[in-house]
Amino acid sequence: MLHIVACIKQVPDTKIIKMNPKTNTMDRASAPAILNPYDAHAVEEAVRLKKKYGGTVSVLTMGPPPAVKAIKKCIEIGADEGYMISDRAFAGADTLATSYALTKAIEKISQIKPVDLIICGKMTIDGDTGQVGPGIARRLDMPPLTSVNKVKEINVEEGYAIVHRKLEDGYEVIQSTMPCLMSVEKEINDVPYSSMTNMLKAARYQPVIWAVADLEDVERTQLGLKGSPTIVSKVWAPKKPSGGEMLEGDAAQQTEQLLNLLLEKKELFVAKGGSGVEL
Amino acid sequence: MSEKFDVIVVGAGPAGISCSYELAKAGVNVLLIERGEYPGSKNVMGGVLYRKMMEDVIPEFWKEAPLERPIVEQRFMMMDKESAVTVGYKGMEWGQEPYNNFTVLRAKFDQWFAGKAVEQGALLVNETVVLECIVENGKVVGVRTDRPDGNLYADVVVLADGVNSLLAKSLGFHKEFRPDEVALATMEIIKLDKKTIEDRFNLEENQGTTIELFGDATKGILGTGFLYTNKDTLNLGVGSLLSGLIKHKIKPYELLEYVKNHPMIRPYIAGGEPVEYLAHMIPEGGYKSMPKVAGNGVLVVGDAAQLVNAIHREGSNLAMKSGQFAAEAVLLAKERDDYSEATLNHYKTRLMSSFVGQDMKKYKDSTHHFDKFPQYFDKYIPMVNKAASQMFTVDGSSKWEKQKKIWRDVGTAGEKFKLARDAYRAWKVMK
Repeated sequence: MLHIVACIKQVPDTKIIKMNPKTNTMDRASAPAILNPYDAHAVEEAVRLKKKYGGTVSVLTMGPPPAVKAIKKCIEIGADEGYMISDRAFAGADTLATSYALTKAIEKISQIKPVDLIICGKMTIDGDTGQVGPGIARRLDMPPLTSVNKVKEINVEEGYAIVHRKLEDGYEVIQSTMPCLMSVEKEINDVPYSSMTNMLKAARYQPVIWAVADLEDVERTQLGLKGSPTIVSKVWAPKKPSGGEMLEGDAAQQTEQLLNLLLEKKELFVAKGGSGVEL
Repeated sequence: MSEKFDVIVVGAGPAGISCSYELAKAGVNVLLIERGEYPGSKNVMGGVLYRKMMEDVIPEFWKEAPLERPIVEQRFMMMDKESAVTVGYKGMEWGQEPYNNFTVLRAKFDQWFAGKAVEQGALLVNETVVLECIVENGKVVGVRTDRPDGNLYADVVVLADGVNSLLAKSLGFHKEFRPDEVALATMEIIKLDKKTIEDRFNLEENQGTTIELFGDATKGILGTGFLYTNKDTLNLGVGSLLSGLIKHKIKPYELLEYVKNHPMIRPYIAGGEPVEYLAHMIPEGGYKSMPKVAGNGVLVVGDAAQLVNAIHREGSNLAMKSGQFAAEAVLLAKERDDYSEATLNHYKTRLMSSFVGQDMKKYKDSTHHFDKFPQYFDKYIPMVNKAASQMFTVDGSSKWEKQKKIWRDVGTAGEKFKLARDAYRAWKVMK
């Protein structure tokens, strides 16, 4: 039976977050905390694979106590179990320290039930790095399959997975051994409206919470701020885009203008390495 | 697979939450369904929470609830176009425990309050819309939600789905409300720093002011405006009966813009940044518009039961009390194992004999009266302003002369009679 672990994170909703103009940092209190949108697709994919091949879906997060809400959201989507590692020692972790801590948690989950597949979202919307997934794969010595937009086949007995990886101008089909780690794109699936059964389960659910002391063989120097070599030297808010051309007139005139404009700038639409569109 | 609960409460506002809280505390298996992302996300009120009724549910709640400021001063401003006559009361006894009332931001407060019900054992499900009650053999036995496998069953369904309760309506408990039974309120939350608020309103830390606005705040249409102080925001809003807005062809946000630019209000909010804009309906039909509140397997509480005392801007406290009475009736029904209307009517009896029912009855004609006779708002308030201006302007004429002139300005003998009659009428509907 397939055991899938989906790694998830609670993030501030960056669509509405405000930047502090003085410090150039995110004013986290200005936005509600949500489940990282990419992670919802990761959990949904895990749930779909479970329905297809049978098995269990566990979700794992690292965060402060309120992050329980993000786990509950995953139970709503259809996950079976939730694990959370929460400890002051984890605070201030960059992607290196985060992937270390999550790896230690996955090792512990494996003792409860061996893990066949780890699925992560493409990246978080507050960090935008996409590094934690591959970081976990490296530490667990698993093949990292990034930018996955379709899981074509999984074969637990023979131990392989076939997936589509998104490329700039198409996709590639690759086969990997299992266990492996996938980080998935948004278009891999649509997260449906959760069933009442899952909603009730989530409302009642309490995840397993581990502190550092509950994990095994942990080198404390690799955790949190201490284990984070990343230095943020400068943060700035991007300039708001301005300008652009406005088309005026009625629909027919606008269409005419648009066509002329597209013809004028056709070299912008030539695919990289390809022959382009003949106009 | 559909689950059965003892009680399903629809709507996590003050009525629904206090009902769930009491039931869960008594060990009843209760499910609270909220359509918003979280309790409070869709809830709106001007912002005054009364201590007494909240304390009846959670003693000493002020020690942990997310409140804004305890109110130490209440002002009433009767506004004309460029003037206002203000009366008010400020007292330090309101600034200390147990306090009188508080300003709150509902998005924060309701979330906290619902959390307390969950602590007691209530099950909370958000982001779920109840589409209708499931009725079998003339008895409500559950609800149908918009989720897959979304039918749920219960011995009693408590409808706390707010003003214009579609669920109570679909059960035939009330008709579509008329425009003179509901008010539409719009408000802005305006950000200003704490110190500026305290300076402008003459407050110390952890003190707040409420100002009710009458007359020109609503351009003479029946309604009120309000300006309340939070920690570092102000709530400024106006509300008037839908019928008045329709009659005068004024859009609610135009009224809000008008009051924001009024010379009596403008200096209070100068330099503030609007951070939220909210609008909501308020049930103001009063006693005569109350729907049937108890049926077989079903109870109606809070705004859904039209429990608002418009004259005294009270609503959330009536809602909480009704939630508690509903819980009481459910416990009685559970004890008797009889969820019929006859038993659940205990709720109605308790409600109507309490201050809730008494106040609803006392003011049963007040909104309708002021709606019928617009002169209170569009004539008498300007008259009071003019009188005050004349009396307090020092221009060399004697006070006797001034009084005579004010009385002369009321108009002909006929108009003086009308004034006396209207004063008597107003006293009658408010007494």
